[in-house]
Amino acid sequence: MKKVELINFQKSYDQRTQVLKGIDVIIEPGEFFVLVGPSGCGKSTMLRMIAGLESISGGDLFLGDKKANHLTPSQRDLSMVFQNYALYPHLTVEENITFGLHVKKIFKKEQKMRCEEAGEMLGLTDYMKRKPKELSGGQRQRVALARAIVTHAPLCLMDEPLSNLDAKLRARMRSEIRQIQRKLGLTMIYVTHDQTEAMTMADRMMILNGGEVQQIGKPMDIYNEPKNTFVASFMGAPPMNLIHAKVKGSSLVVDEQWLIPMSESIRAAAQLNEVTIGVRPEHIQLANDDEPGFVVVVSNVEVLGTETLITFNIGDKKQWIARWSGQWNLRIEQPLRIFIEDQHLCLFDAQTGGKLDGSQDSSFLNKEWITI
Amino acid sequence: MSLTKKIVTYTLLASFTLIMMFPILYAFLISFMQGGEVLQGKLWPESFSFDNYISAFEKVPLLTYLLNSLIVSTVIMIGVLAVSSLAAFAFVFINFKGRDILFYLFISTMMIPWEAAMVPNFQTVQALGWLNSYAGLTIPFFALAFGTFLLRQQFKTIPHELYEASQVSGISRFRFFYKIALPVSKTSMVTLGIYSFLTAWNMYLWPLLVTNNEAVRTVQIGLKQMQSQEISTEWGVVMAGVVIVILPTLVLLFLGQKRLQEGLTQGAIK
Ligand SMILES: Nc1ncnc2c1ncn2[C@@H]1O[C@H](COP(=O)(O)OP(=O)(O)O)[C@@H](O)[C@H]1O
Ligand SMILES: [Mg+2]
Repeated sequence: MKKVELINFQKSYDQRTQVLKGIDVIIEPGEFFVLVGPSGCGKSTMLRMIAGLESISGGDLFLGDKKANHLTPSQRDLSMVFQNYALYPHLTVEENITFGLHVKKIFKKEQKMRCEEAGEMLGLTDYMKRKPKELSGGQRQRVALARAIVTHAPLCLMDEPLSNLDAKLRARMRSEIRQIQRKLGLTMIYVTHDQTEAMTMADRMMILNGGEVQQIGKPMDIYNEPKNTFVASFMGAPPMNLIHAKVKGSSLVVDEQWLIPMSESIRAAAQLNEVTIGVRPEHIQLANDDEPGFVVVVSNVEVLGTETLITFNIGDKKQWIARWSGQWNLRIEQPLRIFIEDQHLCLFDAQTGGKLDGSQDSSFLNKEWITI
Repeated sequence: MSLTKKIVTYTLLASFTLIMMFPILYAFLISFMQGGEVLQGKLWPESFSFDNYISAFEKVPLLTYLLNSLIVSTVIMIGVLAVSSLAAFAFVFINFKGRDILFYLFISTMMIPWEAAMVPNFQTVQALGWLNSYAGLTIPFFALAFGTFLLRQQFKTIPHELYEASQVSGISRFRFFYKIALPVSKTSMVTLGIYSFLTAWNMYLWPLLVTNNEAVRTVQIGLKQMQSQEISTEWGVVMAGVVIVILPTLVLLFLGQKRLQEGLTQGAIK
């Protein structure tokens, strides 16, 4: 276990463009910390800087309580799993796992023991004498994991370790990695672009976009309280539905069609002409007869077994997705009357994308929705 | 493929092979002929006797020459492999300012023919007192731009993550070089080894320049000696010498071929 602390962490490859624009975070010992964001946002760069494979352009890195800016990768006492596994092709599984242990002054006998232990943990016992090319993708992945485990390093870094596996295997490896991390009490920094992985694995996660931190927090907090529209639309599958609305007098107007009355307090808080409304797919309900609702037209239906995703048009070009549990047999073009409870509406600043404070508090919205 | 097409293809292939192989085949046959038979223009020897081979070994110190050639070629091969692989490793895995410029400069020396550098090289070797020594015969050939180029291209195909993974586990650069980079590049190393061995084996002009006694001379000079000296009419003896000289080359090619075909980088990455 090891604490990792980044202070105003910066990176620039060419002295002109900043790839990481000052990141501050403390990763607690034994924590499973996920770094998530779209491709090219700087996740790998950040991980490689922590590993010491890339120089630090600005700011400080502390591992434990030790400043680590100028330590070599091996002095940092960590292990790393690469996206393409980086196995040595001419060595057997066993040799791959133990290669490099001698540097840590571990005796042959101890090496063998650790190798067997790691192999057992990952179900590799029968493959110890094979070469990497004689293994399937999933088995190679396990060898890469075993190689990280045997070092007994307190900090483990992983860069998209599952992205080369098929969906089924990925789901299984997710839970296996999580169990091993818990069992060994590793501090884990795990990079992924897949929000499902982030949601299901993380103790806490950081969402990164364009080299800037968007939000840091527990998965559920991030899901329920996204700080801005980027986080709202990045997390969740399908993501949060968003649409622009104009502030007209005491109401919000969506696409000249819908009118949502606003309370005084929110208008005072947000001196804006435009806001963005956000709704999670599971919060869109079919309106009861006594509830006010909007009529929308179904444009696609995906039945997933235990739940159904319904796509419908809203406004001119926008499409929203609703997620209903159960199997729904709906016709395309069928009109539906939908209803959203006020407490499930999120409001964001339309310009900056930032969340408007208090929008989770249902009191600022009047109960009535009115269709013009 | 239809039968006629097959016949045409194989006939063509066979006849070209025959044309290509004819000089060697003929040399082999001549090496069994008596002096007169060659001049009569015969294609097949009357009897297969080893008289010519025996006299080839008697007339010039062929065994010494063979041994010298073997030593010189082997040393050059090892030298080329060591120098080229270390240089190529630096060009691929070590970051330093002006690395690419230096590499292109290095490569551009390939355009200077060896003969153009012969005089300054000779003067250097002479100044060092390396005339008539194995050092003078071998060391000037260690730095081979082509070898560095070949191995650099090979090392570039090694995924950089392998290097980074070894850095994370604290493996030293040199250990990575000889435990990972070299074994993974076995195929290219063997190719380069064979190439440099054969080039060295066939060297003629340089050994002629830097040696003038039999103790260190190589086979190619020995052959020339045979041909131009007293036995110029005894073509059978000369050809026997030729056959002896090309034998090691053939053996090496046969041995190397298997290695050359092995692909070794499979399975490094997904
Ligand atoms: N070695 C490099 N030299 C220059 N730019 C780089 C280098 N590595 C990454 N970048 C740039 O840094 C940005 C972030 O890259 P990366 O960290 O790999 O993103 P991610 O892993 O999130 O997909 C990208 O715009 C990429 O082009
Ligand atoms: Mg990446």
